[in-house]
Amino acid sequence: MATEIDQEKAPAKLKIVEDATCTFCGCVCDDMELTVEGNTITKAKNACVLGKSWFFNHHIEDRPEAMIDGQPASYDEAFDVAADVLFHSQYAITYGLSDTTCEAQRVAVAITDWIGGNLDTTTSVCHGPSGMAFQGVGEVTATLGEIRNRADYLIFWGGNPAESHPRHFTKYSLMPKGQFVPNGRKDRTAVLIDVRKTKSAKAVDTFLQIRPRSDFELAWALRGLARGIDVDPSVEEKTGIPLEQLVEVMEGMKRAKFGAILFGMGVTMTRGKHINSEAVLALARDMNRHTRWIAKPMRGHGNVTGADNVVSWSTGYPFGVSLTRGYPRFNPGEFTSSDLLARREADAALIIASDPMSNFSQPARDHLASIPVVVLDPKLSDTARIAKVAFTTATYGINTTGTVYRMDDIPLPLRPAFESPFKSDYEILKAIEARIRKRQLQAVS
Amino acid sequence: MSLYKIAGGTVYDPANGIDGEVRDIWIRDGRIVDPPDDPGTKPDRTLDASHRVVMPGGVDMHCHIAGPKVNMARKMMPDDKRNAEPVRRTAYTRSGTVGSVPSTFATGYLYAGLGYTTAFDAAIPPLAARHAHEELQDTPVIDKGFFVLMGNNHYIMEQLQNNEEERLKNYVSWLLNATKGYAAKIVNPGGVEVWKSTGGNATGLDDSIEHFEVTPRQILTGVARAATELGCPHPVHVHCNNLGMPGNWQTTLETMKALDGQKGHLTHIQFHSYGGHPDDQATFCSEVPKLAEYVNAHDRLTIDVGQVMFAETTSMTGDGPLGYFLHKVTGRKWYSGDTEMEAGCGIVPIVYKNKSLVHALQWAIGLEWYLLIDDPWRVAMSTDHPNGGSFMAYPEIIALLMDRTRREEVLKGVPEGLRERCSLPDLNREYTLNEIAIITRAGPARMLGLPNKGHLGIGADADITIYNPQDDIQQMFELPKYVIKSGEIIVEDGEIRRDERGKLLHIGPAFDESHTDHIREWFEKYYTIRFRNYPVDDHYLGESHELVATQPM
Amino acid sequence: MPAEFILIPGRTSKQGTSLNEGKYTDNYQTEINTLQMNPDDMDRLSIAEGDVVRVWNSFGSVDVPVKSGKAELPIGVLFISYGDKSCRLMGGETHGSGMPDSKGLDVLLEKVES
Repeated sequence: MATEIDQEKAPAKLKIVEDATCTFCGCVCDDMELTVEGNTITKAKNACVLGKSWFFNHHIEDRPEAMIDGQPASYDEAFDVAADVLFHSQYAITYGLSDTTCEAQRVAVAITDWIGGNLDTTTSVCHGPSGMAFQGVGEVTATLGEIRNRADYLIFWGGNPAESHPRHFTKYSLMPKGQFVPNGRKDRTAVLIDVRKTKSAKAVDTFLQIRPRSDFELAWALRGLARGIDVDPSVEEKTGIPLEQLVEVMEGMKRAKFGAILFGMGVTMTRGKHINSEAVLALARDMNRHTRWIAKPMRGHGNVTGADNVVSWSTGYPFGVSLTRGYPRFNPGEFTSSDLLARREADAALIIASDPMSNFSQPARDHLASIPVVVLDPKLSDTARIAKVAFTTATYGINTTGTVYRMDDIPLPLRPAFESPFKSDYEILKAIEARIRKRQLQAVS
Repeated sequence: MSLYKIAGGTVYDPANGIDGEVRDIWIRDGRIVDPPDDPGTKPDRTLDASHRVVMPGGVDMHCHIAGPKVNMARKMMPDDKRNAEPVRRTAYTRSGTVGSVPSTFATGYLYAGLGYTTAFDAAIPPLAARHAHEELQDTPVIDKGFFVLMGNNHYIMEQLQNNEEERLKNYVSWLLNATKGYAAKIVNPGGVEVWKSTGGNATGLDDSIEHFEVTPRQILTGVARAATELGCPHPVHVHCNNLGMPGNWQTTLETMKALDGQKGHLTHIQFHSYGGHPDDQATFCSEVPKLAEYVNAHDRLTIDVGQVMFAETTSMTGDGPLGYFLHKVTGRKWYSGDTEMEAGCGIVPIVYKNKSLVHALQWAIGLEWYLLIDDPWRVAMSTDHPNGGSFMAYPEIIALLMDRTRREEVLKGVPEGLRERCSLPDLNREYTLNEIAIITRAGPARMLGLPNKGHLGIGADADITIYNPQDDIQQMFELPKYVIKSGEIIVEDGEIRRDERGKLLHIGPAFDESHTDHIREWFEKYYTIRFRNYPVDDHYLGESHELVATQPM
Repeated sequence: MPAEFILIPGRTSKQGTSLNEGKYTDNYQTEINTLQMNPDDMDRLSIAEGDVVRVWNSFGSVDVPVKSGKAELPIGVLFISYGDKSCRLMGGETHGSGMPDSKGLDVLLEKVES
């Protein structure tokens, strides 16, 4: 087409993309101003250190569009092989999904439903336990704007936002001036609870350095104090925090007008897991007897919250869903990817925008490397390296439009910076779905 | 361009004055058309409907089927689904789970299976409009839309505080356009803001809402006026203050009076019709007769019921303080979600038991409403799905309305005290099939201002349900023989025959662009997302949509 | 005599930034292949920056160079960025949660004499 040739010959034009959305972390800041020169983003105004590296390092990579058994292949060949692998599997798992658009997630769910596979997302190894805790006690929560506009008491628990969500402090929680907290940081009291004295400790008023694996005991002691129950001073031996200090924190929590507990994976990944999350969620809930309190898990990936939403509305369950009997069943520990692999049950895998080979347990990794795997990823990964079929994809938010959900469930649109020669996850999954459906419908007609 | 004939059915089409007449219906391109001039014209296909009951497809004007609240309930309630028969994948259709909050695909198929072809989600926070659209795209077969929460919106309260009526009206229009919503909804006006800021609630129409210094009354009348002036096809949709509280009937009556001759729809009115003293459960009773008398005398008011049925279900509401109240009453798990500048939300599982006097009264109060409203065109069937019960209970409710002996059967199993606290045992009225057709399709379609729904006249969407007449009314309505959507048979004998997307119904009232800057300025001060990223673009309309016309004053 | 520690794998912002450059860059590889330890623990066990230690439990064993965790880490706690090394010390059991024990792992540590 003529226009494409013209573009290639023309010198790289400068383009400004305003109100672009950064999908690197769960903050999903949508106030990026990107300067784009050809296929490179040269400036990312408002981006944090993680956002800048996200925008500056997603160039068009010099990689084949697809690989089959480690050999370069065309998309069409790869679609056929991928469809073949999934169509013939007995127990395929779909996993990942937290770094792609909702539009692509919906197609991945459809494929898994059509083939009767197992559906799981990276939630199961991040805030999955918080999802289970939610099913136990519920959750009293709010959008980040409520925290920004109202919160005068903040507790950061088991997380290090200064490094993992760099703009959380400045844009949503600790620093900004808000509607009912007009003086910003001065109007807020902040506490950090963590095992490590991370960079976030400098930003808060009180740092409670707890002993490893004592989150539950600390939350339970605070719940007791909130209800006016005497707590035994031996809580200090377990948690490392003197009772008097806990009493002082609780007094502050009760005096607050609007408090928020923002908790990370220090709570969910440690022994106790969903029980830890339950204790934290129950504490925030109980505090509503005194004043307004909310809690919120600090979600990591750019669209992990979208994945939870899509899987929930499609199946009724948030993650760890088996569709093998032709309808959704939910059981963490049984239908979660880490377990299905470690127990050597899965016989094929569709991995979308995730790299389980670099963060799953050794037994799970060993099995994943032994079965046919279809991988979609913009970059080379340990999982792409062991894949039967590996697709190179356009990067969501940088090259593609679509929808992502911020950690507080607010859906946001994407404004891409430049086009990629590679296809989007959505397009690739659609092509695979079409091939699978063609075979299935031929079989019934 | 094929021509399709539904031949010889007994047609109930109350909007066109047809009450059980044997007629043919002709369809072309998904719409109902005139019979061909040449009586010899052969249709391409004919469906024999003789000895069968033919009605327009059902219209559910108030349910909770999409968006953040519904999805949170799905996530929170795996226990609700474990024992419910799932929807199984077929060669053509997707799988899903049921329980009180079905997954999206299941929702579409289940509605279609009941002969319902249109449904509206009643409470979407504007900030989550995109989410609602995504879910509705994954809700097959039915046509759908949603109402936009406005009753605790800061901008609206600020304009009321400053007597800026033009700004208020234009903002309501802007919001409906930005969200691609269908109607303006207010939930516990002002009360949700009190909950968000203090944990309390508004207690009546004239409480002053702190910081904004406006009253629920001002919010109600302000939004009602804006919707009227914009010519919205459906007037303001009102969830009154004090839902569920003994003695709240007076707030409800005040709300009706405050509308002062303006059009308004009062939703799930069952939950707002209670007598007694707020601090004394023992005084709980029905005040439907007084309220119904008022509605009967004021023809610009319409209602839907919010019928309670005895079963396990999930309470979900934009009424945040109500969620907390239910959590305290039941002691069960509780979700509360506050949306910046706009709204709140509460979810609590609940079991309605016939042995509970309060629950039995709620059930009876709902039925009193159906039976005490003289004009069936002004009362729509609803369970406020899933709050009073699932939409799957509609056939049972139809049976209760058409057959007084069924009501008497249920009354045998409820606490004795019920008889002196409500009028239901004395009500002998039985609905006719024609009246059922009104309260389940023709009436709600008219209340919603949907010109092509709820009737079988020329130009109407060919959404048609065909029933086998049976002595067991509940069974008849549970299992339609055929359900036709946009001229295609989708359901036959309870089996979904083909998948169909359904379309989005939305409105786009006129908006004076000169107001944009003022809205933007306010928006950028407080929201945590960018102004430009707020409006929902056409991409979210899905494969098919219809912009329903507004008629500004 | 091996010393007992609690290992907390996690993410760092350096890992986050280098991830975007690519997982096979030196920066990323260094980040996921370095163990952080409290300086007092290093003194106690006569471990200097850059020394290689062996860390193991019932699931696996890895050799990694050490750097000082400065004041961030309490005594008795180790930190490493998620990656191949931390995976090797994780078991497959999730206790019915779907989540393997990924933080707060009991490990033994010994200096590898070169």
